[in-house]
Amino acid sequence: MPTEILMPALSPTMEEGKLAKWHVKEGDKISSGDVIAEIETDKATMEVEAVDEGIVSKLLVEEGTEGVKVNAPIALLQGDDEPKAKAANGNAAPAPKPSAQPAPAAAPAKASQAQPAVAQPPAAALADPHIATDTPMHTITVREALREAMAEEMRRDPNVFLMGEEVGQYQGAYKISQGLLDEFGPKRVIDTPITEHGFAGLGVGAAFGGLRPIVEFMTWNFAMQAIDQIINSAGKTLYMSGGQMGCPIVFRGPNGAAARVAAQHSQNYAAWYAHVPGLKVVAPYFAADAKGLLKAAIRDPNPVIFLENEIAYGRSFDVPKGGDFVLPIGKARVVREGSDVTLVSYSITMALIIQAADALAKEGISAEIIDLRSLRPLDTETVIASVKKTNRIVIVEEGWPICGIASEVGTQVTEQAFDYLDAPPARVTGKDVPMPYAANLEKLALPTVDEVIAAAKAVLYRS
Amino acid sequence: MAKAEAASRASSPAKGKPNKDELLRYYRDMLLIRRFEEKAGQLYGMGLIGGFCHLYIGQEAVVVGMQAAIGEGDQVITAYRDHGHMLACGMDPAGVMAELTGRAGGYSRGKGGSMHMFSREKNFFGGHGIVGAQVPLGTGLAFSNKYRGNDRVCLTYFGDGAANQGQVYESFNMAELWKLPVIYIIENNQYAMGTSVQRASAETHLYKRGSSFNIPGEAVDGMDIQAVKAAGDKAVKWCRDGNGPIILEMKTYRYRGHSMSDPAKYRTREEVDHVRETSDPIEHVRKLMLDAKFVTEEELKEIDKEIRAVVNHAAEFAQTSPEPEPSELWTDIVH
Repeated sequence: MPTEILMPALSPTMEEGKLAKWHVKEGDKISSGDVIAEIETDKATMEVEAVDEGIVSKLLVEEGTEGVKVNAPIALLQGDDEPKAKAANGNAAPAPKPSAQPAPAAAPAKASQAQPAVAQPPAAALADPHIATDTPMHTITVREALREAMAEEMRRDPNVFLMGEEVGQYQGAYKISQGLLDEFGPKRVIDTPITEHGFAGLGVGAAFGGLRPIVEFMTWNFAMQAIDQIINSAGKTLYMSGGQMGCPIVFRGPNGAAARVAAQHSQNYAAWYAHVPGLKVVAPYFAADAKGLLKAAIRDPNPVIFLENEIAYGRSFDVPKGGDFVLPIGKARVVREGSDVTLVSYSITMALIIQAADALAKEGISAEIIDLRSLRPLDTETVIASVKKTNRIVIVEEGWPICGIASEVGTQVTEQAFDYLDAPPARVTGKDVPMPYAANLEKLALPTVDEVIAAAKAVLYRS
Repeated sequence: MAKAEAASRASSPAKGKPNKDELLRYYRDMLLIRRFEEKAGQLYGMGLIGGFCHLYIGQEAVVVGMQAAIGEGDQVITAYRDHGHMLACGMDPAGVMAELTGRAGGYSRGKGGSMHMFSREKNFFGGHGIVGAQVPLGTGLAFSNKYRGNDRVCLTYFGDGAANQGQVYESFNMAELWKLPVIYIIENNQYAMGTSVQRASAETHLYKRGSSFNIPGEAVDGMDIQAVKAAGDKAVKWCRDGNGPIILEMKTYRYRGHSMSDPAKYRTREEVDHVRETSDPIEHVRKLMLDAKFVTEEELKEIDKEIRAVVNHAAEFAQTSPEPEPSELWTDIVH
């Protein structure tokens, strides 16, 4: 029984080609690897190599023929000693052996679900842990809260370690890791060379190897050197491996503008990372959220992007004392209830909306304040519920306006609560410019309390 | 004197006496890769495998020889020319082929493809598509070994093209600084896609690329599996003894194009034929065994038949295994 030699596809997009030249004639004996023909496509001329041994019993397509469809038989090959498995499309292939399941454990099929199979499954409901009213609180800085979170998790799990530039002997460029080297030693608090791409990748490899790295970037600006490892290696491997290989890692550091450090050191990366399926993105403002969410991030089996803020490091807030305070990633928090307008933000610009809400209150306007805290997953449910109550929303962030977090929240509100809106969603963002150095220009580039107040009044149609 | 020592380590390895069982195993393992890749090329030509597909034909002695030098629990990571590495690690050919065809029975349930497969069970950590990105990852796997205090090593493969990526040198620096047990295996098949080493590298002796980090390096005839195994044995011992990283530059050659859609106009057919005729790694072992009268032609034919059956079964499975369920679109994004 002769084997059919089929017109091969030589690129992902090839559908047909010209059989330019035969290098064999009928009766020739060929073995695998021999060049038997040349094929031309619109892109290139390619050689066709034999994949089986045998004798060319018939050439079915003359050389020079144009438009030969991929998979059309072009020649017949007579096996030299015994019948060979048919090389055609498998329609004549024998049934597979039932025992031949390959190694990976296949997940049970979920096709029986009533909903359309390609619909995104709904997220599970999340809630903050209940904090009893008599829970002792203490007032600490965001910096201390982050440090407590790391220290507690490092005490709890010997596989957790911290690496980054100046995290050890220098005690942290922003003193977040102060004292950790003394407590945990150089094996677990590791000073790296200035080599972001390298140590981000090394951290991901260590996570593949079963450890739980916390990788500190001195600032997120420097992580652009490492973004391929963050997105392609950390973010996509669980999916690409069919669920076999996750990457439990936290990338953390200060994000956004500090003060007077100009364009290359003043950028908000929230939208960049929140764009990527496979990552979780957290950007707290308050100390308790910083602590509870960092502890959650370290325990999370996924790569978590933890965006801090240099200016917020020194601000003090109440944090539950002691205990094991862990918050759910993916849950926004209503910081203050209100009835007239919803103000939404995350990270440092939370301070703006709180000040704006205070000012609006003096004018008799009741603003509801929401801290997104997590940007992926984004808790639109909490935002939508608020908009259904207030019918107006202003979204505030320090990042750029185009394709930003504010754009995304605004779109989701429009899509999911259009009928509840009494005004279009308003955004107050950083200006669409690289950050200037001059003090006056920098101030102009950043969102302000006045802009938030003006936007709130605009959606209320008040002047 | 670390540097002088490093340079002197690039001596040619002493070849052990040919051992029948070893040679037979090498022959089988290399032949499986060769036949598997030929079949993959065939299925690609039939449109059953899509996208990018980089074949390993010609380079078989490198992975089979290195795999013979490591033990249980040692890790392997490589780039996208990865089918040979997976088979050498002992992954099921049917599962690999079914991943190539994008089927539910594939190692990544059809969601990774040719360039992205993994096996925790066999300690194969991919399967990475960005040139050079696997090098810090492999260095991190070695870091996890050192952190745990075990004596495992990580084989981190990359090509002559990746050897010019910056992150490779960031990794070298940290690996030597922290004495991480990683063997950097540079598979120098002489062409980074269509650009020869001479056209891309200021220093073409790639085993020297670690010298400014004090990492010893050695050039190895990657077409001679016994030379690969001997160099691998030494390198594994170097790592297990706590000496940190080491570089092995495997001089090898790929017979096929960079990927399936490579017209390969940057080299002549004569050049390829010459390598195939004079230094084919499988022919080499075949001749060694016949000369030593370890096997007969008939016995080799029998092995060939067995391997073909395994590959044919893999190809059948890869065509009959169903496509992933549509609901798989939404699984495994995050835990």
